[in-house]
Amino acid sequence: MKIGVVVNEGPYTHQAADSAYRFVKAALEKGHEVSRVFFYHDGVNVATRLTIPPQDERHIQKNWSALATEHGVDLVVCIAAAQRRGILDANEANRQGKDADNLAEGFRISGLGQLIEMGVQTDRLVVFGD
Amino acid sequence: MADTKKFLYVNRKAPYGTIYALESLEVVLIGAAFEQDVSLAFLDDGVFQLTKGQKTDGIGMKNFSATFRALGDYDVNKFYVEKESLEERGLTEADLQEITYEDENDDWAEKPSIRFVTRAEMADIMSEQDVVLSF
Amino acid sequence: MSTLHMVNKSPFETGTLSSCLKHCKAGDAVLLIEDGVYGAIDGSSISDQVKATVGDVALYVLDGDVSARGIDAGKMVSGTKSVGYDGFVDLVAEHDRTMSWL
Repeated sequence: MKIGVVVNEGPYTHQAADSAYRFVKAALEKGHEVSRVFFYHDGVNVATRLTIPPQDERHIQKNWSALATEHGVDLVVCIAAAQRRGILDANEANRQGKDADNLAEGFRISGLGQLIEMGVQTDRLVVFGD
Repeated sequence: MADTKKFLYVNRKAPYGTIYALESLEVVLIGAAFEQDVSLAFLDDGVFQLTKGQKTDGIGMKNFSATFRALGDYDVNKFYVEKESLEERGLTEADLQEITYEDENDDWAEKPSIRFVTRAEMADIMSEQDVVLSF
Repeated sequence: MSTLHMVNKSPFETGTLSSCLKHCKAGDAVLLIEDGVYGAIDGSSISDQVKATVGDVALYVLDGDVSARGIDAGKMVSGTKSVGYDGFVDLVAEHDRTMSWL
């Protein structure tokens, strides 16, 4: 079955990004296809590569990045929500004249159309938020 | 169109105090271009999104309540508002702004987009969807 | 045609679980995750409403969230079923749609 996932909250403050991660791992292990995870609202903050959690804590961004590199899960960060919150890839930083970018490996920035397209193309959509 | 699905956007949060209502509306606007069968549900605190007379000058935020009135032009004209949620919050139908669309199947007659439904009817509407998006 | 409803809020903080239960139809399932699992505790101010819905509607809790919060399985509303993340995935697949009560 094709499953799409939406993450609406950032890391650490809310459990949503953790719950979504464990759900996606379990779905992949059961042989389902998780074709895309869409990060919206504060969920875009999961995608900054600049987080430094204490060493004995889970690294939420790295966990997600690993899902992209190891399982090919498409991690899409909403561009409108990302710009509001200062999440930029190198192209966008350059285009906006910013002196830094912070998008982590495995994530890509794109439009809200990717969320709707995911709803159209998947069999099930699961939303994690607050 | 084979790819048409029934999309329901569930609005259960009040505007301004958090960004959910505004960013949810942004999804509806983008989603309109995908020609899906779109409905909006307003229940619980979500009914506060549709009240008339919102003025945001004093909080320095964009007043997005007028944007709901533009959705009819994008064929988004099914706004289901739950009667019980209104009553619980001391509101009546008259407290909500008027939102209309022009019905292309009826000589472009102007019709109300808001449909007031009971909680049981809202449960039925939810159970008929292919995709339910909540924020 | 049935719906999997997901609730992640404590019912003692918000009316989300109460609202969800009022919108469930026979054959639906409610899955409590995160702080939502507190909604399965029996003898609470909301357990009468929970028990009135459960039966026609199946009630599930995510076991990792239950154990993390130290909730004794024996304190939960009778009929509550416990699932892991693999069971969560099965519930999503078994129902026609998932609705998150955020």
